[in-house]
Amino acid sequence: MTIIKRGFAALAAGALSTALAMPAFAEPVKFDFWFGLSGDLARVVDTLCKNFNASQSDYEVVCTSQGNYDATLQNTIAAFRAGKQPAIVQVYDVGTATMMLSGAYKPADKLMEENGYKIDYADYFPGIARYYATSKGEMLSFPFNSSTALMYWNKDAFAKIGKTEAPKTWEDVGADLQAMKDAGYDCPMAINISANESWQLMEQFSALHNQPIATKNNGYDGLDARLEVNKTKFVQYVTDLKKWYDAGLIKIKSKDLGQDMVQAFASGTCQVIMTSVGDHGTVGKTQKEGMNWDVAELPVYAGTERKNSLVGGASLWVLSGKSDAEYKGAAAFLNFIHDPKTALFWSTNTGYIPVTKSGFEYMKSNGFYDKAPYKGRETAIASLTASEPTDITRGIRLGNFTQIRAEFGTQMQAIFANKVSVQEGLDTLVKNGDAILDRFQQTYPGKTLP
Amino acid sequence: MEKRVTFSRWTIGILFAVPQLLLIFTFFYWPAGQAVYWSLTLQQPWGGGNIWVGLDNFRSILSSADYWNSITASLVFAAISTGLAMFIALVLAALTDRQLAGSRFYRVVLIWPYGIAAPALALAFRFILAPEAGFLAVVNRMWPGIWDPGLDGADAMASIIAAFSWKYVGYNFIFFLAAFQAIPRSLIEAAAMDGSGVLRRFWDIQFPLITPTIFFLLVINITESFQDSFGIVDIMTSGGPANATNLMVYKIYSDGFKGLDYSGAAAQSIILMLLIVVLTIFQFRFIERRVHYR
Repeated sequence: MTIIKRGFAALAAGALSTALAMPAFAEPVKFDFWFGLSGDLARVVDTLCKNFNASQSDYEVVCTSQGNYDATLQNTIAAFRAGKQPAIVQVYDVGTATMMLSGAYKPADKLMEENGYKIDYADYFPGIARYYATSKGEMLSFPFNSSTALMYWNKDAFAKIGKTEAPKTWEDVGADLQAMKDAGYDCPMAINISANESWQLMEQFSALHNQPIATKNNGYDGLDARLEVNKTKFVQYVTDLKKWYDAGLIKIKSKDLGQDMVQAFASGTCQVIMTSVGDHGTVGKTQKEGMNWDVAELPVYAGTERKNSLVGGASLWVLSGKSDAEYKGAAAFLNFIHDPKTALFWSTNTGYIPVTKSGFEYMKSNGFYDKAPYKGRETAIASLTASEPTDITRGIRLGNFTQIRAEFGTQMQAIFANKVSVQEGLDTLVKNGDAILDRFQQTYPGKTLP
Repeated sequence: MEKRVTFSRWTIGILFAVPQLLLIFTFFYWPAGQAVYWSLTLQQPWGGGNIWVGLDNFRSILSSADYWNSITASLVFAAISTGLAMFIALVLAALTDRQLAGSRFYRVVLIWPYGIAAPALALAFRFILAPEAGFLAVVNRMWPGIWDPGLDGADAMASIIAAFSWKYVGYNFIFFLAAFQAIPRSLIEAAAMDGSGVLRRFWDIQFPLITPTIFFLLVINITESFQDSFGIVDIMTSGGPANATNLMVYKIYSDGFKGLDYSGAAAQSIILMLLIVVLTIFQFRFIERRVHYR
């Protein structure tokens, strides 16, 4: 008994003296990082966190997956209201406007400056940086996982109709799909029309054609922006998609129906899809044996001057109300993520693209894009950097955009089920979307976007 | 003299009631009060502040065609799924009660569906009802395009009704079977000896005697169809296609948590609460009259 007691006393004294004598071995400062990826991607993030913790001994990041982007934002808001928010949180692209008005963050550029890190913001691909930057160009958050939409095409099917290249215009796409149908392909192209596909069908299309989604430069210049997709080239696009769907050239594929687009393409059932570069790895891993396929930039209508496509994904926000020590750790973590070597690790293990020019160059010099499984992913960079971002192709800065996407899904479903005409459906989308924007503006009276 | 436990002072009685009152206050009155407050304001999601808007939230909800569509969908869902779940359970329980071969086995197995969590159940039904790869794909091979819950609102509604009813058949079955078994055998045997057939015995003896159970299940089923449908809708249709299955409870979730419109969602939940209260009062007022408790 006494021995044990003495042992404890000795241990305690020893621990105390070590703590006093050697502050270098002090417990590392812990801070939380919440993210919205799950499955394989979550494991990659966990490895990233482990690598950071192993790279130094002052800080320890605790990384927690919240399942998906929506849940991450909801949980973070709940935690913030209770004063238990994480230091860093991953917020998806369309949550940017909501975050900017939240008053709940610490600007990322200030954080880095205060902690003595020099970040060259010009190093970010402009298409990526502008999406997350304020209208004055300040970076409030750090771009993290980024992607853009590409067209995946089955080379074998196109070879059958005598084509060796992916179609570059929508006019060619229409002709090619018809030719494939005539050649006996049951599903020349697959799309889906839920809220999620607003990204490739409406947002990417509008950016590539330099068409606005909303007034006030897609919302960058004020909360009083309102939708206007019912009077842009987008109307013609939806009309064409519907026409091709009615002609049996396009099939709708979704998980609810048994097979999603990516599965339909990888299994050789459907010959063309439009989806994120992030699915490049999945298609490669799950494709039918011996199938030849490639990716290309999304087509545009003939005579269009192609602009840059939009970035998709999420950025990292540092929340307010944490201690200086935690902010130091957060800054170190963001700096670690910014490193080109991390970019290589991140892109190798996921389908995401590097967000900085130096990261891209580093990967190129390592021969990343020459090897078979990764070859083709550089198309995403080409698409993102097709032009200098215009006022419209910077991105979308609309409040509650998640709800507008949901409304997009609803109206597209009504259009494709022949409940309403294309124009009626898009008019309703604008009307209901404007109600959402109006409500958002009312919730933040007198506030302006930074 | 009769022995009675009494408390000398009423404060002791209150003291005993306090834990329960506290629980009810914390988990019901407080959140409900908060919801009422939120429904009268515009809340900034991050807690930055709010503005008093009076009844504006209710006005904008009640003037939205989407919301009325959601109410209609909820009522259709409640009526059909309650009817289906209760009818099927009643038939199954009546048959099990007749001690047909294997009735002991059915007695156990038919209860299981209620034990399955709604999302798991919905996932299973999603596979079963998938138009291209599921069991119903056969139907589409024979008549292409006839079953399409991805685009046809009626098909999607049928899917969630099927899933919900399937779950509540198990629940209703327990109560119906218990009610049947509480009927004295002698009554039924006497009727049988008088020469009445199975159906006659059911309508004249068993059915009137289980009306209290039917009434209880009606109230529970309708209430649950407004609330417990969430998991099924979320997994199977996400409210689509074109809002055809956007039930009230799902709309509250998607507006409130996905859209971060806390005030609008609070107003919607107040309306939902009132609707359920009204429906329940209606049932007690008009249907209970036909119930024979003894």
